[in-house]
Amino acid sequence: MSIDPGSNSGNNQGDDMDTTAQTNSLAGIAASRVHVQPGTQALGVGLEARGVHAWFGEKHVLSNVSLDFWPGTVTALIGPSGCGKSTFIRTLNRMHEFIPTAAMAGEVLLNGEDIYAPGVDVTKIRLKVGMVFQKPNPFPSMTIAENVLAGLKLAQLKVENKDDLLEECLERAGLWAEVKDRLNTHGGALSGGQQQRLCIARALAVRPQVLLMDEPCSALDPGSTLRIEETISQLSSTVTIIIVTHNMQQAARVSDYTAFFLSDGGPGQMIEVGSTNEIFSRPKDKRTENYVTGRFG
Amino acid sequence: MTTLAQAPIAKPQKPWAATYKDRGKTAGIFVASMAVSYAVVAATPLKGKLAYAAIFFATYIVIDFVINFAKAGRPAAVDAVFRAFVTMMVAMAITPIISILVTVWIRGHHGLHWTLFTKDMHSNAYTDAVPQGGLLHAIIGTFLLVLFAMIISVPIGILTAIYLTEIRGKFTRPISFLVQAMSGVPSIVAGLFIYAAILLPLTKKLNGFEGSLALAILMIPTVARTSEEVLKLIPGDLREAGVALGGTQWRSVAMVVVPAARSGLITAMILGVARVAGETAPLLLLTGGSGTKNFNMFNNSMGSLPSYIWQSFGAGTPESITRAWAGILVLLVIVVVLFTAARTLGNRKVGKK
Repeated sequence: MSIDPGSNSGNNQGDDMDTTAQTNSLAGIAASRVHVQPGTQALGVGLEARGVHAWFGEKHVLSNVSLDFWPGTVTALIGPSGCGKSTFIRTLNRMHEFIPTAAMAGEVLLNGEDIYAPGVDVTKIRLKVGMVFQKPNPFPSMTIAENVLAGLKLAQLKVENKDDLLEECLERAGLWAEVKDRLNTHGGALSGGQQQRLCIARALAVRPQVLLMDEPCSALDPGSTLRIEETISQLSSTVTIIIVTHNMQQAARVSDYTAFFLSDGGPGQMIEVGSTNEIFSRPKDKRTENYVTGRFG
Repeated sequence: MTTLAQAPIAKPQKPWAATYKDRGKTAGIFVASMAVSYAVVAATPLKGKLAYAAIFFATYIVIDFVINFAKAGRPAAVDAVFRAFVTMMVAMAITPIISILVTVWIRGHHGLHWTLFTKDMHSNAYTDAVPQGGLLHAIIGTFLLVLFAMIISVPIGILTAIYLTEIRGKFTRPISFLVQAMSGVPSIVAGLFIYAAILLPLTKKLNGFEGSLALAILMIPTVARTSEEVLKLIPGDLREAGVALGGTQWRSVAMVVVPAARSGLITAMILGVARVAGETAPLLLLTGGSGTKNFNMFNNSMGSLPSYIWQSFGAGTPESITRAWAGILVLLVIVVVLFTAARTLGNRKVGKK
């Protein structure tokens, strides 16, 4: 089966991967190249990490990760704590450099262009690659509506109709029905799950191409987690999603592809990547199998 | 099936609270210690308040220790002594403060009268009868001096704090060190600095603005350090969220971090004002102590509450000394009001409007 890259490929399960790998279509190339070797030619679309390393001071925390994120897919990054998953996604929108001792090597290509190239406007990169954090962090001095539209003000973007955008983003984040009567109250009064969906709406308002989610449900109860997962499923048709999670059921539920990261005491590495079905049913690497079956020591 | 309504009625209780018996015992030890201290002072050559206090403290601790030792053993006795000791230290710390407030009220309230706030001293001497003249000129002067000092020091102080917490450049450590060192600068040094740097070479005469500059030097460290502490309380997540939405660092700080810290920054500002409102030395050097209302910061000597107090005391008659105490009372009330305002604003949760 071949996948048209222009259509919504978010619901394609990885079962088809072996066959798509044989075809010559762009999507087929993408599927077979989920894990690329450094030096292979760029796809030119989506987000591609090439041989990414990361350091904090002298400590090498992430070694040689190469991973492609095809538009309209959800990729889950799993692995034990301290294996470099969060560090990795923070290199994808240049939030890594926010930490003073941070250093990195390798390339991250967004639509074929290296986001670390000299002269690249980092604020533009972060507009295209949005982020949702582990803990819900609505801006405390702003109302719900101001929070959603904060990105426009921060990045000085002009929008024709703010009310439409506000409703659209809250709708896409699955929060509109709950807050439409109190848009001008403060976000701090919402529950944790609502706050996190508010943060998703806020990230969507600047129309990112990719959305990075760093354990977005780890501070939430199961009900809120479910709502966020529904939100992710709805978004995946229009936005490329990369989600770090410690919850393997969550990875199995929401993602098309799964990458397993592990650190053996040294820098974190990507051990295996594949379709989510494959990773959870017949992983190639023994360590992946141990982890996904819960036998990890 | 049990329902909530059928549950036995429970009354909230505090089984861990002190019983009447415990309180009675404490009161007993207290009274006994008082009695002992009276007896000792009467029987020995020890005299004065200090002797009463010292003997009372010592006796209280000994009785407390012995009773608890007999009842509950050594650890409980040591714990009781420790608690008594800490309570006494606190009492010693607040005694001078209470004493100052009480003294100022006792001595100052005779001098309070309505014309204090409606008249100045341009046609009166400090030695005149108390109801003549007033300190309107001094209140105006203090207000203007502090206002200008605030206009100069608040932006500098808050921007310094933003440099220290947000930009974290190469000079963060030396600047942080300098700001701390500056908060120990004696006010007379700030006054002499402006005297040598501005008054002697440039203006060659007293004016209010020079006083404000010296006050600003004293205010900046207070404002900067308090603001720094407040900005440090803002979670790093918020900064990251602002930047992750495509904002530049400047816009993220201005739109997210500073508004979230707003009430704390106002507190920093008020603490800075309270720090300098009573400063005397630099004002005596730089602004003089005119008895006439002066609204011009850049010309002529300017009155202020501290210099009014200084000059009244200097005059040395009973009337002038009453005036001085009344001035102290007014100044103290202003400072206490400012501190209360700062606490009220500061106690609001950071980030709430």
